[in-house]
Amino acid sequence: MELTDEKIKKLKGKANDIRVSLIEALLAAGSGHTAGPLDMADIFAVLFFHTLVHNPKKPDWPERDRLVLSNGHICPVLYSAMAHAGYFPLEELKTLRKFGSRLQGHPHRDFLPMLETSSGPLGSGLSQAVGMALADKIDHGLTASRRIYALLSDGELECGQTWEAAMLGGKEKLHNLTAVIDRNNIQIDGYTEDVMPLEALSDKWRAWNWHVIEIDGHNMAEIADAFEAAKGIFEKPTVIIAHTIAGKGVKEFERDYRWHGKPPNAQEAAMALSELRTLGGKIKSEHQ
Amino acid sequence: MLNPELKLNEKMFDGQVEQIPIRKGFGEGLLAAGEKDMRVVTLCADLTESAQAIFFKEKFPQRFIELGVAEQNMASVASGLAAMGKIPFITSYAMFSPGRNWEQIRTTICYNNRKVVIAGSHAGISVGPDGGTHQAIEDFAITRVMPRMVVLSPCDALEAKRATEVAALTDTPVYIRLAREKTPFMTTKKTPFAVGLAQLFWESKSPKVGIIATGALVYQALLAAKELKEKDIDVTVMNLSTIKPLDTEAIVSLAKKAERIVTVEEHQQNGGMGSAVAECLAKHFPVPMEFVGVDDQFGQSGTQEELLKHYGLDKEAIIKAVKKISKR
Repeated sequence: MELTDEKIKKLKGKANDIRVSLIEALLAAGSGHTAGPLDMADIFAVLFFHTLVHNPKKPDWPERDRLVLSNGHICPVLYSAMAHAGYFPLEELKTLRKFGSRLQGHPHRDFLPMLETSSGPLGSGLSQAVGMALADKIDHGLTASRRIYALLSDGELECGQTWEAAMLGGKEKLHNLTAVIDRNNIQIDGYTEDVMPLEALSDKWRAWNWHVIEIDGHNMAEIADAFEAAKGIFEKPTVIIAHTIAGKGVKEFERDYRWHGKPPNAQEAAMALSELRTLGGKIKSEHQ
Repeated sequence: MLNPELKLNEKMFDGQVEQIPIRKGFGEGLLAAGEKDMRVVTLCADLTESAQAIFFKEKFPQRFIELGVAEQNMASVASGLAAMGKIPFITSYAMFSPGRNWEQIRTTICYNNRKVVIAGSHAGISVGPDGGTHQAIEDFAITRVMPRMVVLSPCDALEAKRATEVAALTDTPVYIRLAREKTPFMTTKKTPFAVGLAQLFWESKSPKVGIIATGALVYQALLAAKELKEKDIDVTVMNLSTIKPLDTEAIVSLAKKAERIVTVEEHQQNGGMGSAVAECLAKHFPVPMEFVGVDDQFGQSGTQEELLKHYGLDKEAIIKAVKKISKR
């Protein structure tokens, strides 16, 4: 699908809507993660409103692409993107993390069956996506065309299981699999390179026979182009290392690892929402 | 006497009774399941031959996946395959799967509600010379505690074949425990099998003790019953090949009749089949119990016979437990 200037503008608007809704949801929840959801909003906007082959009105449509969120703790951005795409009403976002809600603190298919996987414990999403891609490859070989997407955090690359999955993906030449790493350089205990250095990250994936694309994770054209380019890679899975700014979209939250695992309080949320609704002060009246 | 309704192997007490490893029955059952259903896929973590996935691999190379020594990945890859409609069997030693990959089984298989069959071979101390690291005697405890999981523990190779074929058709995740060493055939092709069905292999009109055994040790329990009968001590032996869901009705009925229960398993006493039976009886019909199982220890190298004797799991230990509980 062609990415026109108009479409890019539309995707930016969607990303902003997703950010606004997830801040509102976190405020209502009173707990949860803020930085990751904010910095992945652009990628989720491209996926849900441009790249994914899916049908929010028929979430169990068998031919749909599969989206596996490995780092379940960033689910506010998943839920927000799903609600804006029409999977469920926007009002439901305010039930996040509440008793009886379909929007569990970490995603659970028992409560929201339209999720592809339940997730929370880190490091197992890539394995599940590898399994899904393998299933299609067993059935269709190199003609398998459905895309399987795995969204990973950078911190969870410290889990050994991720590399077990990476080895298998490379061995099985899963051309139908695209992994995206949110390279925001933060995790709960600090900056990734202090907690456990991950570099040279791209070399590590290349060594396991993956095609590596590095992008600016906030540039809509780069994000969309990378997903498109991955479709043309034969006999290798693709990993997109998306360089993102933790907490992107709210200046006061950006680049600070302390926003990894806490929600904004009322005052901080009001400030964040004002910033998002005025597009960082570019417009005077708050955009609703 | 042996229960005639179950068409058990009447030659089981002969010196020349045919013996093959329980895991072999799994290998044959897996092949049969693969022949019946194209959706069956098999995953292995560098133990294809000893975990008995070899027959499936040779017949269906396109549906066989070798993952290398990576059991955690194996569990979650299987979950992904199941999400796309495949019926995955993951095969390894019980110590590594469901041992090493417990959390992946909990989250990506059970919590995720994906139907995967986990076949744990070389379970129990009878693995022998490999020593304690390879002797899974905690696997019932860690699998039966997971919601949705069905836990099967066949007593011989024929029952293992049947259990494997049935597992492929079950809607929920299944754990099948398999042993490495040769085990006498107690069942025949005519012996019924169903998930959740406990069977009285040895019956007495007025049993003083009900023995509930699982896995290869059912044979030791039958030997004990036969010897006790010669001393005019009547017991009943139940083969409990499904640890979860428990056949509550059959267990309670046995407890009501015998009023004393001895459980027999190649597993830690803590948290195993005996514990499951105790939980059931404490709720429905409490009776005195003795537990034949490993008493809070790790295993070691030795022959099957030496180890069963050392850890108190053989015929003699069962007879001792029956005599002890008879006085309670």
